[in-house]
Amino acid sequence: MEITVTINGKSHTAEVEPRTLLVQFIREQVGLTGTNIGCDTSSCGACSVHVDGEAAKSCTLLAVQADGCSITTIEGMASADGTLHPMQQAFMENHGLQCGYCTPGMVMAATSLLAENPNPTEEEVRIGLEGNLCRCTGYHNIVQSVLACAKS
Amino acid sequence: MIPAAFDYVRAGSAAEAIQLIGQYGDEAKFLAGGHSLVPAMKLRLAQPTVLVDIGRVSDLSYIRDGGDHIAIGALTRHMDVEKSPVLAEHVPLLAHAAGHVGDPQVRHRGTIGGSLAHADPASDLPATTLALGATYVAEGPNGTREIAAADFYQGYFTSALAPDEMLTEIRVPKMGGAGWSFQKFNRRAQDWAIVGVAAWQRGSECGVGLVNMASTPVLASSVAAAIAGGASAADAAEAAAAEADPQADLNASVEYRVHLAKVLTRRALQAAAG
Repeated sequence: MEITVTINGKSHTAEVEPRTLLVQFIREQVGLTGTNIGCDTSSCGACSVHVDGEAAKSCTLLAVQADGCSITTIEGMASADGTLHPMQQAFMENHGLQCGYCTPGMVMAATSLLAENPNPTEEEVRIGLEGNLCRCTGYHNIVQSVLACAKS
Repeated sequence: MIPAAFDYVRAGSAAEAIQLIGQYGDEAKFLAGGHSLVPAMKLRLAQPTVLVDIGRVSDLSYIRDGGDHIAIGALTRHMDVEKSPVLAEHVPLLAHAAGHVGDPQVRHRGTIGGSLAHADPASDLPATTLALGATYVAEGPNGTREIAAADFYQGYFTSALAPDEMLTEIRVPKMGGAGWSFQKFNRRAQDWAIVGVAAWQRGSECGVGLVNMASTPVLASSVAAAIAGGASAADAAEAAAAEADPQADLNASVEYRVHLAKVLTRRALQAAAG
C-alpha cells in the first residue's frame, strides 16, 4: 500500500506492506536510525516519536496507520543550524543520560509531556515518563533535565 | 517482531466498517488504536487475515452529555477520556481510571471502545464501566442494539459482540456526586493491574468492579449487597472475591489475588465514603 508521511517536515511517499511497523518504516525505509527499538512490545518507550505532535510508540503503530500524519523523530528536534532543542540541551547539561539508548525516546516523551503540562512537579514528570524505561536506571538526572527544561 | 502478513482496508464510517467486516468474515478484525491488537499480532496471539482500520472514523470520537448519562464515542482516545471536563464533572471515576491505562504514549493512541471490545479482564476500563453500570451500543448489519456491561463479558477476550458487530458508543450513568476510588495494584507504573478495584458509593448504594480477578471483569455484587445491608467497608470488603474466580500467574497466586481484592476493596470503599 502506498503511504505518504511527513517526517521532520519532509514528505515521504513509499510503498509499504500493511504489517510494516512505523519504527521499521522510519529506520529502514526512510533511514532515520535515531529512533531506537528497545523492547519491541510497547513497554520501554525507546521508539517514542511524535505523531501529530503527541508522543507515541512507533513499535506499536503500523506505518499505514500513520499515513497522512506528521511525524517528528529525534533527528527533527535540533534546528537546521545544529542548535539543540531546549530539551536536548537540558539533558546534556544535567547529565540526563548514561548509555544513551533510551534518550531519544525520553526526549520525545518529555517534550510531549511539557506540551501538555508546561510546569510539571517532579512527581508529574515521573508519572509522565512512566512509559519510558532507562535500563541504566538513570532516572534522577532524566527527571532533573525535564524540570530544568520546563524552568528555562 | 513483525506481525504475520494481512490485508488492510480502511473504513471511512461505521456503516462502511460493518459492511467490510461482513465481507471478509470471521478472519477479519477491526483495528482502532491498535494498542492491544498490534502487540497481540506481533506475538502471534492474534492472526487476523484482514484488518479493517476504523481509526479514522472521526465521528465516533466524542463525549456528550446525554441527560442522565454521558455518551462516549467508541473511538475516543484514553487521553481524551482522562482529560474530559464533562467526565470530570459527571463520571470522575472513569476519567481517573482512563488516566491509569498504560502510559501517556498508549493513551494518545488507544481507544475506550477498543479496550472494551478487546475484553481483557486485566484492563482497567472494562471493570470500571461495569462498576458504573454502563451500557454499550453495538452496530451491526441489522441495526443497533444496547448491551449492558454486565452482559457483555463472556470469557477471556470474548464479548457479546457478533463478529460483524462494532462497538460504537458507551453510555455511562452520571455519578451524581457519589464518592469513588480506583485502586490499581501493580509493581511497575505502566503494567496491567495484578488486581484492581473500581468503586463508587452514595449512601448505602455502591458499585464495585474487579480487575484481573477472573476470566472476565467482575461485578462484586456481594459487596454491594453487604453495603446495602448496612455493613461497614471493612466487613463488606470481606466478600470482595465472592463472585471472582482468579487464576494464578507469575505475578500472584490465587490466594494473594483474593487477599489483594479484599484489601483494595476495603480501601476503595473507605475512600469512596470518605
